[in-house]
Amino acid sequence: MLDSKIPEGPLNEKWTNYKGHCKLVNPANKRRMEIIVVGTGLAGASAAASLGELGYNVKAFCFQDSPRRAHSIAAQGGINAAKNYQNDGDSVYRLFYDTIKGGDYRSREGNVHRLAEVSVNIIDQCVAQGVPFAREYSGLLSNRSFGGTQVQRTFYAAGQTGQQLLIGAYQALERQAALGNVKMYSRHEMLDIVNIDGKCRGIIVRNLVSGKLERYSGHAVVLCTGGYGNVFYLSTNAMGCNVTAIWKAHKQGAYFGNPCFTQIHPTCIPVTGDHQSKLTLMSESLRNDGRIWVPQKQGDTRKANEIPEEERDYYLERRYPAFGNLVPRDVASRAAKERCDAGYGVGTSKQAVYLDYADAISRYGKIECGKLQIENPTAEEIRHHGIEVVKEKYGNLFDMYEKITGENPYQVPMRIYPAVHYTMGGLWVDYELMSNVKGLYVLGEANFSDHGANRLGASALMQGLADGYFVIPYTIGNYLADEIRNAIVSTTHEAFNESEKKVSDRINQLMNIKGSQSVESFHKRLGKIMWEKCGMARNAQGLQEAITEIKGLKEEFWRDVRIPGEINELNPELDKAQRVADFIELGELICIDALNRNESAGGHFREEYQTPDGEALRQDDQYMYVAAWEYKSDHEWELHKEELKYEEVKPSQRSYK
Amino acid sequence: MPPTPKGEFGSSTYFREYSKYFKIKNSPLGDRGMEHYTMNLTLKVWRQKNAQSKGRFETYEVKDISSEMSFLEMFDVLNERLIHEGKEPIAFDHDCREGICGTCSMYINGRPHGPWHATTTCQLHMRAFRDGDTIIVEPWRAKAFPVIKDLIVDRGAFDRIIQAGGFISVNTGSAVDGNAIPIEKENADKAFAAAACIGCGACVAACKNSSALLFVAAKVAHLSLLPQGDPERKTRVLAMIEQMDKEGFGSCSFTQACEAVCPKEISITNISRLKREYMFAGLAADK
Repeated sequence: MLDSKIPEGPLNEKWTNYKGHCKLVNPANKRRMEIIVVGTGLAGASAAASLGELGYNVKAFCFQDSPRRAHSIAAQGGINAAKNYQNDGDSVYRLFYDTIKGGDYRSREGNVHRLAEVSVNIIDQCVAQGVPFAREYSGLLSNRSFGGTQVQRTFYAAGQTGQQLLIGAYQALERQAALGNVKMYSRHEMLDIVNIDGKCRGIIVRNLVSGKLERYSGHAVVLCTGGYGNVFYLSTNAMGCNVTAIWKAHKQGAYFGNPCFTQIHPTCIPVTGDHQSKLTLMSESLRNDGRIWVPQKQGDTRKANEIPEEERDYYLERRYPAFGNLVPRDVASRAAKERCDAGYGVGTSKQAVYLDYADAISRYGKIECGKLQIENPTAEEIRHHGIEVVKEKYGNLFDMYEKITGENPYQVPMRIYPAVHYTMGGLWVDYELMSNVKGLYVLGEANFSDHGANRLGASALMQGLADGYFVIPYTIGNYLADEIRNAIVSTTHEAFNESEKKVSDRINQLMNIKGSQSVESFHKRLGKIMWEKCGMARNAQGLQEAITEIKGLKEEFWRDVRIPGEINELNPELDKAQRVADFIELGELICIDALNRNESAGGHFREEYQTPDGEALRQDDQYMYVAAWEYKSDHEWELHKEELKYEEVKPSQRSYK
Repeated sequence: MPPTPKGEFGSSTYFREYSKYFKIKNSPLGDRGMEHYTMNLTLKVWRQKNAQSKGRFETYEVKDISSEMSFLEMFDVLNERLIHEGKEPIAFDHDCREGICGTCSMYINGRPHGPWHATTTCQLHMRAFRDGDTIIVEPWRAKAFPVIKDLIVDRGAFDRIIQAGGFISVNTGSAVDGNAIPIEKENADKAFAAAACIGCGACVAACKNSSALLFVAAKVAHLSLLPQGDPERKTRVLAMIEQMDKEGFGSCSFTQACEAVCPKEISITNISRLKREYMFAGLAADK
């Protein structure tokens, strides 16, 4: 059994007690410590900035051309915090409870409670940095609702909340760069970690412009490299998002936690053809006002606007009256799949459902006409004023939809379908966010810790910033306090030589294959296997087939991939080849984990385990644990378990009815 | 012969006229609405091995391009073909492909990010073009943005401008409650509109002087409109402008080309605000 190092004491005092008792590093010693941060999204930028402010010497790395481009920037809807500014019954406990329940009772109580506690500080910090959150006319902060909750606790900046939060963290990071506390390395990709005597002591990176390998040494390494949704090829992730950094750490001993917990987001723009390179999310905030429906008749070919109200099936409102269109993501996605599989899908592919704003436009229009004292407004006037309101709230999302599909969503309902969006799984970490490799920390989406089997909307931004601003500055000191006597390891140490040689050999091997198939074509094939056999619904037979197919794909990749260009130059195909090689290995582990978990929980839906009405059926007596996989050798992993203890919440079947 | 576009080169009038001349539509619907079609195109693309070598245009014929593809997906198709032919694919910057990360940066038919209004290259779709079109694709051209390879340029200068002062100096943990200081909604909204800048550099690429003033102005406006940004207001604007000059960006002669091509519709009123801030900071400086 793994030890999560959750502090003793009552749940709501654990974090306070921890902070009161953890070891500290004095300012003079901080100046002598070197910390490496990989990734500059919300978790990485906030961690690097905060550690720099404390006086540590930080080196920060990102593969993009600037730290501001990290994929946190694309988060749309918002960030949760238990501020209870709306006086609608919110509290730290309720945010904690919603997150535990939303995660289908597969996350740690201690971590989640800490997350809910620091959520309030995040909002304060961001406002102080100049993040322009939406405000009311009073000048106070505005809130909206997200899935899986019945209160309004989501703070937002139009549909660009992630962008605004990341720019806040990026500016804090650049401020530390100007002060010399952080040294920034853009267009650098981490390709291995260096462990010496059981402790993580450095990294090997590739300068993506020159193609040269470089070595960096530190007292601790913090990985904030995001999720691995691109293992499915098509996802809402950016093209560059990859698993490589955490996969290399995994192969050097770090356990991988719950890899099969992947989130499929219900509202994305459907696939149009084989050329598709990525999928675009339409924010969950759209489910605040939009209504989701399909025709009541199978294979109905009429246009949406020609189908009368009484012939529409608002299936989420029908099945889940208490939460309606705001059920959690896993539930909404499965319900959409169920309707499409049963032949009620819409659009040319029939793999889509409608997200309709006609009701919202009419409701807001009437309110506006009332405010403007228009007597007996015409339908046209109501529509006009309604569209104005919807534009202000969701304008950028509607514009994006129009650009991609060529349809005007103010006129016709949007067509949406679920797509891979987030990965709850990631490297296993303890309460201090340290992996089982000493000195190796993992923050944000890259770790497995807070969301259990399903993440609630607007909680990813919360977790990334909580980890970076408010958790790591304390927990890393508790480790570094014992490292003050240890000088930094020289990068000429034998371990660095070996590690660099290994990375270099692998690159040479890839370049020398000189096969006939492109990297992209392998990635597409992997994605197809994963989506069909390990996507929204999984079963034992499909997973076994997937494992065999992925093994075959791996063999074929290493025999027949074609990478053009040279090693020592900017070579995007080589960058991609290394990432896809890692995705293939990860794909196998995801399927192994999904096959091992004989239950349905959150985003992991095993067809063999469902209630008579099609809801996920957990097996608490057997699977109330975190599956932490240790890499042994090619195709071989050993399972370690961390038992999940619920002291505060009683696990029950999740009900949103 | 088509008429010469009116207005000064690089101005918004010029671009409007230019767009008419090339029959470019600003609507995402193009002039064909929902109709799907395929097209054959001629691409003239800037190829340059690295920063040191000399570049040149290469011509490529691409066939059977669907109107539903994005512009970058069309490049994906071409690159796959080049790989199969044993040639080196075209290097270009891209990441989120949903118009928010600011990575993509192609100068298409003489306009940053191509013909559609308020659209990044990754969100430009092939509906904007017709069968038989010739499309010219270049990297951003500015002294401060040196070419790294093909269509990829180095925009590190933008990071250094932010380092000079594009932040509010508040350490983690020292913030007051988020609602302690109410902010007038109008100012909060204006600050947000300025903060929506994605740092792509289209403004610099469109400017005949390669000025980065719209980028700098957006940041100065974002932070000076908020009470939290007030204490560093004067030093910020002076330091950022100084850094902008040091990086080799040109001066602003207010042709408004930057605003015309900005994918996030950052308004040039921010430049007016910056000039006011700059003058005030200079006049009021105690040093």
